Parts: sequence; structure tokens; C-alpha cells
Amino acid sequence: MPMSEIIQSTEVRESIIYVRDLVKRFGRFVANDHLSFDVYKGEIFGFLGANGAGKTTAIRILCGLSTPTSGQINVAGYDAYLQTEKIKQNIGYMSQKFSLYEDLSVEENFTFYGGVYGLRRKQIKEKTTLLLTRLDLLDERKTVLKALPLGWKQKLAFCVAIMHDPKIVFLDEPTGGVDPITRRQFWDLIYEASHNGITVFVTTHYMDEAEYCERVTIMVDGRIDALDTPANLKLKYNASSMNEVFLRLARTAKATGE
Amino acid sequence: MELSVVVNDIHKAYGQVKALSGLSFEVKPGELFGFIGPDGAGKTTLFRILTTLLIPDAGYALVDGLDVVKDYKAIRKIVGYMPGRFSLYQDLTVEENLNFFAGIFKTTVKENYYLIEEIYKQIEPFKNRPAGKLSGGMKQKLALSCALIHKPKVLFLDEPTTGVDAVSRTEFWEMLKRLQQQDIAILVSTPYMDEASLCDRVALIQQGKLMDIDTPQAITNKLPGRMFAISSPAMYSMLLDLQQYSRAVSAYPFGDSVHLHVIDTSFIINDLEAYLTGKGQKGFKIKIIHAGIEDCFMYLMEKHHAHV
Amino acid sequence: MIILFGMPVVQVLLFGFAITTDIKDAQIAILDKSNDYMTHEITNKLLSSGYFILGANLDKDDQIDKAFKKGNIREAVIFEKNFAEKIETEKKASVQIIADASDPNMANLLFNYSQSILMDYQRQLYKDMKFPLQIQVETQMLYNPELKSVYMFVPGTITILLMLISAMMTSISIAKEKELGTMEVLLVSPLKPFQIVVGKVIPYVILSCINAIIILMLSFFVLGMPVQGSLIFLLAETVLFIFMSLSLGIFISTVSQTQQIAMMLSMFVLMLPTILLSGFIFPIENMPVVLQYFSMIMPSRWFIIIIKAIMLKGSGILFLWKETLILVGLTLFFITMSVKKFKVRLA
Repeated sequence: MPMSEIIQSTEVRESIIYVRDLVKRFGRFVANDHLSFDVYKGEIFGFLGANGAGKTTAIRILCGLSTPTSGQINVAGYDAYLQTEKIKQNIGYMSQKFSLYEDLSVEENFTFYGGVYGLRRKQIKEKTTLLLTRLDLLDERKTVLKALPLGWKQKLAFCVAIMHDPKIVFLDEPTGGVDPITRRQFWDLIYEASHNGITVFVTTHYMDEAEYCERVTIMVDGRIDALDTPANLKLKYNASSMNEVFLRLARTAKATGE
Repeated sequence: MELSVVVNDIHKAYGQVKALSGLSFEVKPGELFGFIGPDGAGKTTLFRILTTLLIPDAGYALVDGLDVVKDYKAIRKIVGYMPGRFSLYQDLTVEENLNFFAGIFKTTVKENYYLIEEIYKQIEPFKNRPAGKLSGGMKQKLALSCALIHKPKVLFLDEPTTGVDAVSRTEFWEMLKRLQQQDIAILVSTPYMDEASLCDRVALIQQGKLMDIDTPQAITNKLPGRMFAISSPAMYSMLLDLQQYSRAVSAYPFGDSVHLHVIDTSFIINDLEAYLTGKGQKGFKIKIIHAGIEDCFMYLMEKHHAHV
Repeated sequence: MIILFGMPVVQVLLFGFAITTDIKDAQIAILDKSNDYMTHEITNKLLSSGYFILGANLDKDDQIDKAFKKGNIREAVIFEKNFAEKIETEKKASVQIIADASDPNMANLLFNYSQSILMDYQRQLYKDMKFPLQIQVETQMLYNPELKSVYMFVPGTITILLMLISAMMTSISIAKEKELGTMEVLLVSPLKPFQIVVGKVIPYVILSCINAIIILMLSFFVLGMPVQGSLIFLLAETVLFIFMSLSLGIFISTVSQTQQIAMMLSMFVLMLPTILLSGFIFPIENMPVVLQYFSMIMPSRWFIIIIKAIMLKGSGILFLWKETLILVGLTLFFITMSVKKFKVRLA
């Protein structure tokens, strides 16, 4: 059943990421200023904000890569202070900057990361075949990564991030610089993953992609200035597009910031 | 009128990878010319050839009438270049960076201040701050100032808005538009399709090939058939149904609606309504819209089989 | 790959052969005031021992100083007049051994070898002549009477420090611009390669000079190194060496694409060979001929000679013109190569 329908119901949804009053300080600089939000199981959750707003800091904490200064954070049922290893085992991560190993073949990349995530050889083989077939890239399994176009690499990186069936997958600007058709194909993959029960936490610069999310938050200067469905946000700010909503929020911040 | 930039059948390959395949175009003085295309399209390679940093494998190019291979020294005196990574000296202050670039072009900040005044005023309060400590938007403004300070005849800006917040992006383009009045030809590359509409003319580039080159308006007018935007409370299932609709050329999600491209001249909206209702869709809205640059880009990609 | 495996292998082989404290083929001067059968026999013995080869045959006392200053000989053996006669009649004669103790270890070894050869001869004579006799050996350790090892190490240390710091600083500089991307912008400007290269060297000249002065002052005041020769000359040569090192660094920079490569080249190509092949610790004469030729292109080798000569022996330009010229030549070579190798384009 399509994701968008689920929001209409009033059933209580299970929280898979639970954040209350998250604060992260670097010296006197407050990168994350009392963030509070939930992400529900199976949701596509958009995390927007300008560079320097604090998105990357927050994501690193959620991925278990950094410890919060204060606040309650629970990811996939594990505590972000004491159980970061458990968190890492249950999530997937993909970003524009970090992708796969350029000198290894497609297959080798899958084998490597499969091993890192603790999958057995048989599982790795099955998953690899399954995912490559889905991408229609089975013929390229022996091809070295750097010979492939950027769009394919991004899609492959996504598959590697979910090959161990994590509860949540974090995507950090996954479609940056990619052509418009590939971008949409990438979102097809995201939809499918979400359909299969994986919660997707995605950050993006493309405001139209914000619309594909069920709910979005907009971070400005370390705070969450908006948290709702795209439709509700457009109503609230009397905007015709998410881009307008974003500009409106970001402009007010600019007036006070630098 | 002397053309600012002439490019004739340029080819460039890196080993096996063909970065540019037979690109040809011209740019007039005072024109704001955009190169629209994703990463890997060849934009940076093209700019490096035009700024004489790379030699093309075949074809020739002229900047202000000078050959990019033979007359590279002369070209380097008259162009302004802003490469992809805001190449400023991180530990020099804003003011020091500006003075440095003025100096190596044998001019002073005073001499051409009028060119950068508007831009520089916005970062002047921070003139003693090291460039490395500026925000993305401010670095961009500084880099632009440094590229302009010697009054170049042609300005090359390689992805100046990438990685910069939406507000700064908009402001940046407004600044560029005002610069046009100085008769400087401005060539900008960008992966953001929506920025195309702000240029006088654009070239749509994909995988080293020129898919189209014209004014943004002309490009969108050229698109055959009609474009519809369909919105619905059940977006995902709507998308799937539309993708299976045989009478359409393509169906792509565009934020809160799906853009449906139909070329079939006998098509009428009622057909679509019937189809969707038949699929169980309710509460949807169909609008006729003007195609945008992104729609055209994707159409051309499919047409040129430039899509993998 | 080559760097990862090749370098260690090359270094081990190279230095296995170079590192030896055994003496062979040390140059000595003989001043034979007697020229009789005994002195000839002794001389023969010395020269056929394998430790020494004849560097100079002198006939006057005042030539000794010059010979040492020129730096060709490590030791001088002086036989007094009427040596054989004195042995036969007075039962004793003396031999004076003067050793260049700017390398005290070497000097000591050479002296010991010389002495044992003389003692050996003495025993032989005794057997033949059957009466107690004595060849008195007087020694003089030139330039470093107390055999302070400091005199050996400090010049070498100064050389290495100056070279490494200067070369490393500049080697990173151009590579850094390439990495950061600011090089692209510099290229698309009226600047000529020569201006960029020199522009990069000049700030470090000033820094290195300050460095050098500090090092020299510490050597003089704290470590007790003498400065027998002209201080101005010492400083002039030091500045020349600094220019040379900076040019070498710039050259490394122009051929390195990244700072990492630049650093690695500086380390491996400069540091280890400089320490081991420049004559700093291990005398060059003791190395296999191949390595001796190799050390000729090591600028540090020449500067160590210069600095020791000025500080310990008080030599002036007359004695050191050859070494100085070599340094000037190397400097010009590296600067020219840097400008030539400087890529005007990105590819």
C-alpha cells in the first residue's frame, strides 16, 4: 500500500528514532540546539537545511559516530550514548562524498561491505544478485567502479547501504550532481526500500525532493524551525512549493545570522 | 561584432573516457550564458579548455579572438576564472585576498572598485576575517570579486552555486544579471536546472555532448506535444499508474505533482481522466503546464540515448 | 608500489655498504726529512697496509698546514732528519703523526693504525739488530686536540637541519597550491612560472636564515664549536646553502602532485641519504666507489666540508672555491629545472 495513504490514519505509529532536546556543543558554538523529533518506522523522513545549519552534526550523532552533549536519543531501540556499536550494526549509510571503492569491482564492493556488516557468504551472493538484477546491472558485476557513470555508482552505493536489511538507512545528499532522470530512479529505489519496511532518513538540497518525503524538518542555525508534512508546511507558510517555504525560513535566519 | 567566445568541434578525452565530443557554440559580449548539466557532463573540462588550462584533443576555441592553445598567455590576462572549489587563500583575510588578486593582474582594488562595489559591500564588514572562516555564500561573493577585480573581458564561473544555500544562490544570480551591463561576457556552469531560466541563452550538456543551445524560452517552446501536471492525494500509486499509461511519452515525479508528457496529437484530457478513474484513482487534478528546462533536459536525454 | 617495496630494499643495500667504520684508502701525506732506507721501508709498510694511500709527498714543514686545509689528507707522517742514523747511533728516533681530528673517530683510528705499523717495524728492527730501540711517536690532533666528538657531529647536524627544514618547507608549498586548487587560479593570470617559483622561495629564505643563525649561535655558545675562520664567510656560505636547499625543495614540489608525495620524496630522497652518504657520520673514503661517486651529487657532502673547514680549520675562499662553486651550480640547476618542469597547464 502506498506510503502516503498511511498518514491519513490516526493509529499510533511506532517511533524508530526518538530525539528529545538534543544538544551538541563544540566549545561555545552550539551546533544542535535542543532538537526534538520522532521518526516513525517505515517513514521517508526529510532533513533539510542550509550548509552549516547543523544537519551533518545531527546525522553523525544518530549514526552513532558522535556523542551528544545532552538530550535523549534513541536510534532503532538503542541508546546513542552507550550503545553506538549496536546502532551502527542496525543502520545503513550513504553519502554523496563517501561512496564505494573506485578500484574495486561492483561485486568486490558488495562482498567487502557485506562482510563488514556481518553477512555470510551465501547471503552476500544472494543479495548481490538480487540487487544487481533490480538495477539491471547484473552484466556489470565485474566492472571496476571508476569505469561506471556517476548515476550508476550512486544507485549501487544505495544498494550496498541496504544490503544487510538495516532498520534505518541514512542518506546524506545522495543525489547531488546527478542527472534528473537518474535522480528520479534513485527515488524509485528509496520508495521501494521504504515499502519493504526500511525507514529512510534523507537530507537533500533539492526542494522538489522534499515533496517526496512524508514529513520534513527544516533546520536553521542549529534549531528545528519546521516539522510537518510538505502539504501542511505549504499551507502554513502560504507557499506554492517547498522551495518557497525554505526560502522564507532561511531568509529570516539570514537577517539575524551572517 | 566580435564574438567573446567561439568553440568549434572540441573533443577531449581522459584515457578511455570521452569528456567532450564535438562541442560547438558562440557567446556574444555581455551575454549571460549558462551551461546546464549534471556532474560528468563535461562542464569543468570545457571551462578548463577555455581558460587555457587544458589542451583539446581536436577542434579549436577562441576567447576574445585569441586561440586557447597558441595565445594562452594573452588570454590569461583578460579572463576572470572562478573554478569549482572557491579557490581562495584560506588563511588570508578577505581584504588580503582581494589585494593579492588585484596585484597579480597589475591593477589595484581602487581602479576597478566600481565593478565589485555592490558585491563587496556585503562582505566588507568581514574584511579582516580569514577567508577560510567565511560561510559558503560569502566565500562565493569574495571569489566573484577576486575574479572581477581586474576587469576581465570574459568571466568563467564553474559551478559557483554548488553547495551554497538557496538564498545565496538567488542573490548570486541577481548579482550576475547586474554585471551584464558592464559588457562582460559571463559563462556559468551549473547542475541546477532551475537556474537556466535566469540566463540569456543556455546550452544543455550531457555526457560531453551538446543536446540543445538556445534561449530558455525557445528551448521550452521547442518541446513537442504538451505537458501536464497531475497531483493527487495518493502520489506514489498515481505515479505508478501514470508510468504505465501508454499514450504518454514519459511520466516523472516533480515534487508534489507528476509531469506527464504527451506528444500524441489526438490525445484529450478526458482519455487520461478515464484511464485514471479506471485504475481506482480519486481526487486527482490535471493541469496543462508550460514545460520547464528540466522537462526538456530529460526529454532530450532520452532522445539522445544519453541516458544509461 | 615501487616506493613501498623498492625504497627499503635500495636503502638497505645502499647503506649496508656505506656504513662501515673500517678504514681503507685514507689519504696521508709523508714528509720525509731523512729519505733513508728505514724511512722508505716504513713508508712502504704504511702504504701497502691497505689502510693508507699516498695523498701528498711533502718536502717542507709549511706545506703541512696547507695540505690539511685543502682537505685532501687525513694524516701527515713526518720523519725527522737522519732517522736511520739516529736509530743506529742513539737507539731512538722520532716520527711525528699529525691527524685531522675534525673527525675525531677517524683520527683516532688512523693514528692507532699508524702507530701499530710503526711498532711492528720497531719489533722487526729489534729482531734484526738485537738491541733495544725506540721509535718515538709524537702525535698532534689537529683542529680538535681534545678529540671532542661534538666537532664531528655539529657541522653535520647543522647541515642536515638546514637542508631538511628548508627543502621540506618549500617542497610542500607548491604541491599544496595544486592540491587546494589555488594553483589553477594562479595559472590563469599574467604571472609567469618564474615569478610563481621565486615568489614561493623568497619567504622561506628569510625564515631559513633566521633558523640558521639560531642554530649557529647555539652551536657556538652552548655546544662550544669554535669558529676559526671568518664569520662573514661562514654566514655567506650558509646563505648559499639555504638557497640551494630551497631550490631543491621547490624542484620536488613542481614534480609532486600532492603534498603527501612531496613529503615522502623529501624524506626518502633527502633525509636518509643525506645522513648516511654525506660523510656526516661515516667517512666517504670508506664507502664503495659507486657510493663515493653518488655522494658527489649530495649537496650536503660539500657543505659539511665547507662548514668544518671554516669552523675548525679556519679555511678561506681560496681553499673552498671548488666546493662553493659546486653549491652555486646545484642551486642554479634546481631553479632552472623547477621553472622548466613547472606545468603551465593542468595536463
